Amino acid sequence: MTSEDAMHNHDDHDDEHDHDNHFSDMQARVKALETILTQKGLIDPAAIDAIVETYETKVGPRNGARVVAKAWSEPDFAEWLRSDATAAIASLGYTGRQGEHMRAVFNTPETHNLVVCTLCSCYPWAVLGLPPVWYKAPPYRSRAVIDPRGVLEEFGVTLPETKKIRVWDSTAELRYIVIPERPAGTEDLDHEALADLVTRDSMIGTGLANPAGDAR
Amino acid sequence: MNGAQDLGGQHGMGPVAPEMDEPYFHAEWEKRALGLTLSCGAFAAWTIDESRHARESLPPATYLSASYYEIWTRALETLLKRHGFVSAAELAAGQMLEKGSEPKRILTADMVPAVLAKGAPCNRPVSAGPVFAAGERVRTKNFNPETHTRLPRYARARTGIVEAVQGAFVFPDDNAHGKGENPQWVYTVVFDAGEIWGEGADPTLTVSIDAWESYLERA
Repeated sequence: MTSEDAMHNHDDHDDEHDHDNHFSDMQARVKALETILTQKGLIDPAAIDAIVETYETKVGPRNGARVVAKAWSEPDFAEWLRSDATAAIASLGYTGRQGEHMRAVFNTPETHNLVVCTLCSCYPWAVLGLPPVWYKAPPYRSRAVIDPRGVLEEFGVTLPETKKIRVWDSTAELRYIVIPERPAGTEDLDHEALADLVTRDSMIGTGLANPAGDAR
Repeated sequence: MNGAQDLGGQHGMGPVAPEMDEPYFHAEWEKRALGLTLSCGAFAAWTIDESRHARESLPPATYLSASYYEIWTRALETLLKRHGFVSAAELAAGQMLEKGSEPKRILTADMVPAVLAKGAPCNRPVSAGPVFAAGERVRTKNFNPETHTRLPRYARARTGIVEAVQGAFVFPDDNAHGKGENPQWVYTVVFDAGEIWGEGADPTLTVSIDAWESYLERA
């Protein structure tokens, strides 16, 4: 699907006016909350800035891509990921909020893995950063468990009919990262070049790793 | 609770509409909503389970039409009122009108890196060993509590296989309502799509949930 299609499918497209009002309503509500809590000394606005900066500049899908690249390159690390993903991922310095209890699930020629949280928005922040809007929205959350092939088609991914699909619904505090299959012809790439091929969506399971020619 | 949040398998929600090169935030208020939610969580006045229950308790029409940062913000208002930090009158006025509850902790900017890097692990020691073992057939219970649960409707009264014993974790169904952490063993249970969706189910599909021990009985 192109981004233009996506925009045309957006619920708010037909009613720009309501859309604007809704946004200014939320802006006012959030502003009121921050004002009251600041006046009471209950929050530090600079802490909010620091949180936002962390997820805009430090904690994002590049973390996960480095985990995948290392798993592709080092069988011992891949084995560690299978047996204790939390510790293996922490060894690269990726720890903390919404990454406390990690599990790595490996795509194979036989099986494709897809991660969802049907009940809320559980997502492995420590390796992927903040989740995209679609991951938290009703269409993905409702359909991933019943029609994953249809969902994948919308991401431009068509799997062979015989390929097994395993959907992981994150109903508890375990957070899942998909280790996509390593693209062919990448034997000579170093970790950073391999990490360039690992998209965020490939670690959710809504995409595949990019082919070798896409390395920077 | 059988609320709007329990979305697995529902129809009519439309296309997924992934956005190319999606920005981290779509408006400035979303940044503040993220920071406010985490800052107020640091008060340690409520648990993540109570937060989730506050979000899923929004009226279904509101829940389904809101972005997730809006869901967070509306639930945060509920939690702040419930725990006496902010009054309805203050929210209406947009100003502090009275002194409220005192939090155990206030998150300051210097604390942020350490707090985010530490997270909040919710595995806990339990004295008894796990009742079920990997490879065992289990059936999920059928229940419909009005209170918080993490057993989705589509996975109730279904037979599956325990794939892994994942450790013991805080039990959200109790913890969301101030009844204590009461940790239980958690298992990854995998179901054939046919068991869940019946006729016409994708024969190549399996779906797993992570289930607390009290959700399960031997099949």
